[in-house]
Amino acid sequence: MSAGHTVELESLFGDYPLDQAFDEMREGGGDVRSHYRALAETLARLPQDELQRRKQSADLSFLTQGITFTVYGRDEGTERIFPYDLLPRIITAQEWDRIERGLTQRITALNLFLRDVYSDAKILNDRVIPRELVYSCKHYRRQMRSLQVPRNVYISVVGSDLLRLNTGEFVVLEDNLRVPSGVSYMLTNRRVMKRTFPQLFHSYGVRPIEHYSQLLLATLRSLAPEGRPEPNIVLLTPGVFNSAYFEHTYLARQMGIDLVEGRDLVTHDNIVYMRTTDGLKRVDVIYRRVDDDFSDPLIFRSDSSLGCGGLFNAYRAGNVTVTNAFGTGLADDKAVYAYVPRMIRYYLDEEAILPNVETYILSEEKERQHVLANLDKLVVKAVGESGGYGMLIGPQSTAKQREEFARQIEANPRNYIAQPTLDFSRAPCLIGNRLEPRHVDLRPYVLFGDKVSIVPGGLTRVALEKGSLVVNSSQGGGSKDTWVLEQ
Amino acid sequence: MLSRVADSLYWMSRYLERAENTVRQLDVTMSLMLDTGGASAETRWQRLMASLGKADGVPWNGDMESMARTLVFDGLNHHSVTFALNGARENARQVREEISTEQWQRLNRLFHHMHSPHTLVQFRSNINDALASVLDGIHLFKGVSDTTMIHGQGWQFIRMGRYLERAYATATLLEICQPELFHPQEREHSGYQYLELVGLLRCCTSFEAYCQVYTAELAPDRILEFLLLNRDFPHAIRYCVDCIRYAIESIQRTGGRRPPEELIAIIGRLHAMLGFTTIGEILAGDTAGFLHNIREQCMHIHESIYRYYVHYSIQSALAS
Repeated sequence: MSAGHTVELESLFGDYPLDQAFDEMREGGGDVRSHYRALAETLARLPQDELQRRKQSADLSFLTQGITFTVYGRDEGTERIFPYDLLPRIITAQEWDRIERGLTQRITALNLFLRDVYSDAKILNDRVIPRELVYSCKHYRRQMRSLQVPRNVYISVVGSDLLRLNTGEFVVLEDNLRVPSGVSYMLTNRRVMKRTFPQLFHSYGVRPIEHYSQLLLATLRSLAPEGRPEPNIVLLTPGVFNSAYFEHTYLARQMGIDLVEGRDLVTHDNIVYMRTTDGLKRVDVIYRRVDDDFSDPLIFRSDSSLGCGGLFNAYRAGNVTVTNAFGTGLADDKAVYAYVPRMIRYYLDEEAILPNVETYILSEEKERQHVLANLDKLVVKAVGESGGYGMLIGPQSTAKQREEFARQIEANPRNYIAQPTLDFSRAPCLIGNRLEPRHVDLRPYVLFGDKVSIVPGGLTRVALEKGSLVVNSSQGGGSKDTWVLEQ
Repeated sequence: MLSRVADSLYWMSRYLERAENTVRQLDVTMSLMLDTGGASAETRWQRLMASLGKADGVPWNGDMESMARTLVFDGLNHHSVTFALNGARENARQVREEISTEQWQRLNRLFHHMHSPHTLVQFRSNINDALASVLDGIHLFKGVSDTTMIHGQGWQFIRMGRYLERAYATATLLEICQPELFHPQEREHSGYQYLELVGLLRCCTSFEAYCQVYTAELAPDRILEFLLLNRDFPHAIRYCVDCIRYAIESIQRTGGRRPPEELIAIIGRLHAMLGFTTIGEILAGDTAGFLHNIREQCMHIHESIYRYYVHYSIQSALAS
C-alpha cells in the first residue's frame, strides 16, 4: 500500500474503535487484514459523496422492488425495507471450508437425532440426552412417532446462526430447523452488490450463490413420493400478512412453482389437491413455510385457518411430502442445542468441527443456581422462541428485568437456558459518512435432499445500533452481502 | 393456475378498469360544466353518478371541488378511484409471484402516487393534470402487463376482467345517456348539443376513432352504432365481448377443461346479438331494454366464470 493511501485510509477510519472483540476487517494493531485490503483501497479512493450516492441508489432499488418485511405489533401490514449495509463481509476460502464441513457434519447428526427420537429413541435409552428434556419440549410431536419420512430427511432447509469469537473461531449459536427465513435477502443483496461495486466484485473472485433457487428446487424434487416422476411442487405460505411474505413470493417465482395458501388446498382420500382453474390438481411436495401448529387444524391447533385439514394424514400415508417435516423444532430447542456435540459423537463418532457456545441447562439445579447468581453477566433465552424475542441480555438489563426473569426461571426452568454474553465479531459498516464497527453474525443456508449442499455465503446480519448485540430484523437489524472467496 | 390467483388477477384488472372509467367520466363532466348552457351542474353530477352505476355514490352538495375530491381520493368511499386502486394493489400483492416485477413496480408507484400529499395539492391547483397523471399510471401498467407478462392463463384472466368491466360500464353509460341523446331538450343550441356528443365519445376515449370512421359529423345513431357494434375499436361493446370470448377459448386451450355449456351459451348469445343486429333494428325496438339486457348478460358471465373457475364445488370436481 502506498503512503498516499495510508493517509486516506486513516481519514476513512477516523477514530474507528478496536478492542478485544474480533474485527472482521482489521487486526488488533489496526492493520487491514489482507483479504480486506482491496476493499479498503477502493473505499479510500472513492470521493466521499460517491459512497453516499451508491448507498442511496441501493436503498432505492430495494424500495421500488418492494423488498420489504412486515413488522408485527404495529399497524397491520406495515412494510419496511430491511436495512442494507453497502460494505461486503468477506470470508476466506479456508474459513469457509471449515464452516462447510462443520455444518454438513452438524446437520447430518441433527437429522439422525430426529430420526432416532421419532423411532427407537436409542440416544435416550443410552442416556446420552435426558429423556425428560426431549419429551418436555413443546415442539416434540408425538404424531411423528414411527412415521416413515421420505429418504429419512427431516430437515431439508436449514439456516444455522454462526458467530465469530474473539479468537477468530466460528461457533454455532443456534440451528433453525423449522422455517428459517432470510435467504431472499442473501440473493437480493448479491444482486444489488454486483451493481454497486461491479469492478471490485469481479477482481475479488467471489464464489456464486445465485443457483440457490435451483438447488432448492432439486432438493424438493428429490424428496417427492415414490412413483411421481413429474411431481407438482408448491410453496405453502401463511399469506400476505406474514413477515416473510416477500420471500415466499420471491422463492416461488425463482423456482417457477405455485405459491399456495391453506385455503387453496383440499384433501380427499388422503391425497392433497389444489384448486385450479382447471379443476383439482394433485400436490406432491409442499415446501412448508407455515409453523407446525398452524399446518393442519385436525391434528394441531384446531383454531388455525392457515393450514389444510387432512394434510397430516395424507403425509402419514406417504401421498405427499411436507418439508421440513413436522416436529423438527425439537432439535433446535435451545436446551437440546446444548447436547448437539454429544449427538455428533454418538451418531458419527466424530468431534464437532464447529463448537457450540457454552450453555447452562436451567433444569439442572447446580447450573440454575449459578445462573441466578450471575444474571447480570449472562444472556438468558426462552428455549422455544426465535427472532430475538423472550431474551435477557444481562449486562444491558435493568435490575427489574433481571428480577422478572429470575421469577420466570424459578417458575419454569425447562423453558430457559443461559449463555455467557458473547463479545462476537464486528465488521465495518457505513454509518453516515464514516466507517464504524457493528456486531455481525452469519446465517448460511443448508439444503439436504439426496445430499447436503450449502451455497457459499449466507446472510450476514448486522446489529445496526451502536453496541447492540441483537441482529434480528424485527429488532432493528440489517444485513450485508457475504463474499466467500475462491481462494 | 390456482383459482385464488386467477380470481385476484381478474379483480386486480377489474378494479383498474373501474378506476380508469371513473377518472375519465369525471374529467369529461368537469369540462362540460365549464359551458354554462345545457343541463345544470346538479343534473350533470347526478347523471355522472348514475352512469358510473353509483346513484348514491357521492351525494350532491353543491361544492364541485369537494365532491370531485371525494370521488377521487376518499379511500373509505367504495365508489372512489382510490378505493378501486387500493383494491387493485391489494389483489396484486397477493399474487406477487404471478405478475412481473415491472407490473408490480408500476402499480406500487401508482398506489403511492394516490396517497402522496403532493397529488392532492396538484388536484387542488389543476384537476385536469391530476386526473391525467392517474390515467397515465394506469396506462403504463397496462402497457407493461402486455409486454412483460407471459400471455398465458393469468394474462387472459386479466383481459377478461378488463373487458367485462368495460363492456358493463359502457352499457351503463349508454343506457343512462340515450334518452338525452335522442330527445334533446328543444331549447338547446346546437353548439351545446355538439359538446354533449363529444363528451359522450370522450368518456369512452373514442372521439378521434369515431371521426376516423364517420368523419366529425356527429349523429346520435352513429355514435350508438360505433360504441355498441364496432368490431375494431377496443371500447366498443362488441369488441369487448369478442375479447372475453377469445380469452375463455385461450384459457380452455391452455388448461384443457371445456367450459360448461352455460358459459359458452351466454357468451355466444351476446356475441351473436352484437354481431348480427343492425343499429336500425336496435333503434326501432326497445333501445333501453337492449342496453339493459347487455348489462345483465355481463353479470351472468361474471357469475358463471366465478362458479366455474373459482368457487366450484369440490364434490363435482372430484367426480370429473
